[in-house]
Amino acid sequence: MTQADHTPEDFMTAEQARVLAPHAPSVNPTGAKPILQVENLRKYFPVKSSGLIRRTIGQVQAVDGVSFEVPAGGSLGLVGESGCGKSTTGRLITRLYEPTGGAIRFGDQDIAQTSARGLKPLRREIQMIFQDPYTSLNPRHTVGSIVGAPLQIHDIVPKDKVLPRVQELLEIVGLNPEHYNRYPHEFSGGQRQRIGIARALTLQPKLLVADEPVSALDVSIQAQVINLLQDLQKEFGIAFLFIAHDLAIVRHFCPEVAVMYLGKIVEIADRETLYNRPHHPYTQALLSAVPDVKQAAIGGRRERIRLTGDVPSPINPPSGCRFRTRCPLAQEICAKVEPPMLQVGPRHKVACHFAGEIGKHPEQPVTAKLLGVDDYGTAEPGATPSEIEQGPGFTDTWFDVNTRTVRHATPDQRS
Amino acid sequence: MDTITPTTTPTSAATPGTGPFLSVEDLRVHFPTSDGVVKATDGLTFKLERGTTLGIVGESGSGKSVSSSAILGLHRGSSAQVSGRIVLDGVDLLSLSDEEMRLRRGKEVSMIFQDPLSAMHPYFTVGNQIAEAYRVHNKVSKKVAKARAVEMLDRVGIPQPDRRVDDYPHQFSGGMRQRAMIAMGLINNPGLLIADEPTTALDVTVQAQILDLLQDLQREFDSAVIIITHDLGVVAEMADDVLVMYAGRAVEYGPAKELLTHPEMPYTWGLLSSVPDVKGDTDARLIPIPGNPPSLLNPPSGCPFHPRCAHRDKVPGDLCWTERPELLQGSRGPSHLKACHLANPDEIYRKEVLVEIAPELAEEL
Repeated sequence: MTQADHTPEDFMTAEQARVLAPHAPSVNPTGAKPILQVENLRKYFPVKSSGLIRRTIGQVQAVDGVSFEVPAGGSLGLVGESGCGKSTTGRLITRLYEPTGGAIRFGDQDIAQTSARGLKPLRREIQMIFQDPYTSLNPRHTVGSIVGAPLQIHDIVPKDKVLPRVQELLEIVGLNPEHYNRYPHEFSGGQRQRIGIARALTLQPKLLVADEPVSALDVSIQAQVINLLQDLQKEFGIAFLFIAHDLAIVRHFCPEVAVMYLGKIVEIADRETLYNRPHHPYTQALLSAVPDVKQAAIGGRRERIRLTGDVPSPINPPSGCRFRTRCPLAQEICAKVEPPMLQVGPRHKVACHFAGEIGKHPEQPVTAKLLGVDDYGTAEPGATPSEIEQGPGFTDTWFDVNTRTVRHATPDQRS
Repeated sequence: MDTITPTTTPTSAATPGTGPFLSVEDLRVHFPTSDGVVKATDGLTFKLERGTTLGIVGESGSGKSVSSSAILGLHRGSSAQVSGRIVLDGVDLLSLSDEEMRLRRGKEVSMIFQDPLSAMHPYFTVGNQIAEAYRVHNKVSKKVAKARAVEMLDRVGIPQPDRRVDDYPHQFSGGMRQRAMIAMGLINNPGLLIADEPTTALDVTVQAQILDLLQDLQREFDSAVIIITHDLGVVAEMADDVLVMYAGRAVEYGPAKELLTHPEMPYTWGLLSSVPDVKGDTDARLIPIPGNPPSLLNPPSGCPFHPRCAHRDKVPGDLCWTERPELLQGSRGPSHLKACHLANPDEIYRKEVLVEIAPELAEEL
C-alpha cells in the first residue's frame, strides 16, 4: 500500500468527528500546580582542540541559566531562532543530555543529576516527540514494535496484551489499527509523525516535550497534527513543553510562551501579553518579522524592526546583555550589567534594561536602581541592590515599568 | 532528450520586446517510471513581466519545483518528457539546443535553491563558485571575476566581503549562505530569477532580511522573479501575482491582493485556514485539509482535489468526480482564474470559511 491508496476516510473518520467538535482556545488549567520547574538550568558543551591530546579549549554555552515552569495539564511554548538552545533545553528535561548545572524539578523530585538507572521510572512520566518523522523511527521495525517497545521495556502489560494496546494507541492518533505490521516507509510524513506521537503516548506520560513537532510537515498536514495534539492534551491532561520556531503555531497552541535568545530566556509571558504588548526588543523584532497573509489586502511589505547581523557565537557570548550587539536600544549599561529577569506584570517577566512596549521604551534603564548601579552601569557606592526574585514561577508582586513602582496582584490576578 | 526537437531557430520566434517577458504555455513535465508516467506538471500556463513577482504556492509534490526547473532547462539529459512552450524575451527555451540553453542559463535565467548548504560545493570556496558563474558568461580573467564576486558579496550584505570570499560554504551561517546563493544567482544580472523556497530553511528575522534583499535587488535590476513557497505570508508580502498549484496543475491564478482576499478555490481556502495567523484570533479553529496530497502517478478522477474537498457536495451531480474543471475566469473579473465547479465560491467563502478562520474580517465584508 502506498500513500496513494489511502482514501481520506482511511484514517480521518475518528479525527474528523473530533475536529468538527466545537473548538475552544487552549488555556492553562487555573490553579494547577507546576508539574515541571526548571531553575537556572545550564548546559555547556566542551569545545575540544584538534590533535592527539584533545584539550578543552572553550565551552559552547548552549543553555545558560534558564528558569521556567510548566503547569500540570498546561503548555508552555519555547520559541527562538536556530541555535538559541531551545532544543537543548528540551533534551535536558528529557535527560537525553546531562545538565551542567541547575535544577529540574519534576513533581517533588530533582531529576537534574539522577543516574541512568534512576531515570527509568521517570521515562514513564516524561516523553518526547521529535522533529523529523523520517529519522526518528527505526526503518527496520514495524509500527507495532515501535509503539509497543515501551510497554515491553517497562513490563507494563503481559506480552499478549501488547498488541491490543498498540492498536488502541494507533486508533487514538488517527491511524488505522490494522496497520500495526507495516514499516515506517509505508506511511506519509504526517502519518509518521502520528506514529511518533503514539509511541510517546504509550506510557501515558504526564509531560510531553514536543521538539518542533510539525515543522517537517506540509502546511495542510501541520494543522492535522496540531489539532491532534490539542485533543490529546484535553483528553489525557498531558502537560506540554512545546518547542518551535513558528511564532504563529506556538501562539495557537500555548497559553504561555517563553522567548529564548542565545541560551537565555529574554521574555516569558502569557500569550496575550507576549504577542500584543511585548516588552523585549528581541521579541518585538521577532514578531514584526513574521510575514502576514493579511498584508495582501494592503499590499507591499509590513513595517518591521530590522535586526542587523547574525546571532553571536555561544562560545564567546557578548558581555552584559547577550542581545546588545543587535539591539536598537543598546546603551552603555547593556554591555556592563546583565539585565535580570524582572517580573513586570502578573504573568510577565522580561530581561531588558529598557523594557517597555514598542515605541515606549524608557530613556533611562528601569533596572538601574534595583541593581544598585547608575544609568551607565557603574556600581554606585553605598547603593544596595534589591533582591530580585529569580525563581521559575511568577510572584504576586511585580515591578511596574511605567510607574517604576512595585505593584501587588489584585485577588483575581492571583494564581 | 527524445521529445524536444530543436527545429525552429530562436530568431524565428516573436521579436524580443513584444509580448510578455516570460510566457509559459501548456507546460508539461512527465517522468516515465516503471510504474507508469508521473505527470509532475500537467498543463501549466502563466505570464510574467519584468519587474514583477509571481508567487507559486502549493504543497510538496504539487509540481512547483519541477515546473521551475523546466524553465531553467534542468530536465535536459534526464528521462523527463517536457512539452509546451516557455517563451522568455521572445525565445522559446524548449526549442533551443543544449548548448544554446547553457549560454542562457545563469545569464538570462538563474535560480536560488532552497538549501544553500547542499546547493553549494563543499570543496570550493564561496568566491570561487560565484566567480565561476561570472566567468562562464564573461571573458574575463580570474582576478577580475574575483573582484566582481567580492562586489556582489558586498551588495548582498556580507560583512568583510574581501575576506569572506575565500571562505568555504561551511564557514558561513545559514543566512549568509543564502545571501551568497543570491549573489551567485544575480552576478550576471539575469532578467528572470527563480527563487525556490529561498527562506524555508531560515529563521524569521533572517528571512525578513533575505526578502528585503530580494526586493531591493529586483528593483535595482528590474528583473522578473518567481518565488516558490508554501508560506502564504511570504507570498502576501512579496508577490504581485499568485499561482496556486495542486497535483501538477494551476488551480487558482490571479493578482495577489485579489486572490488572497477573495480566494475562490476550496484548496486555497484550505491553505489559508490550516495555518494559524500570528495576529489572528486564538479562538479561531485550525481547519486542516483532510487526507494527503494525491499521487501524481495515479491522480484522482475529475477534479484532483475532490477526495479532500469539503465543498464537493455543493456541486450538482457528480461533476467533481467525473469532470476536471478547467482554469477559467471566476466571478470576480477576468484577471482571477480558478479551476473549480463551485458556482458561488465567494458566497461560500464569506459565509462558511471566513467566519471560522477570521470572524472579524467576515463582519467587515
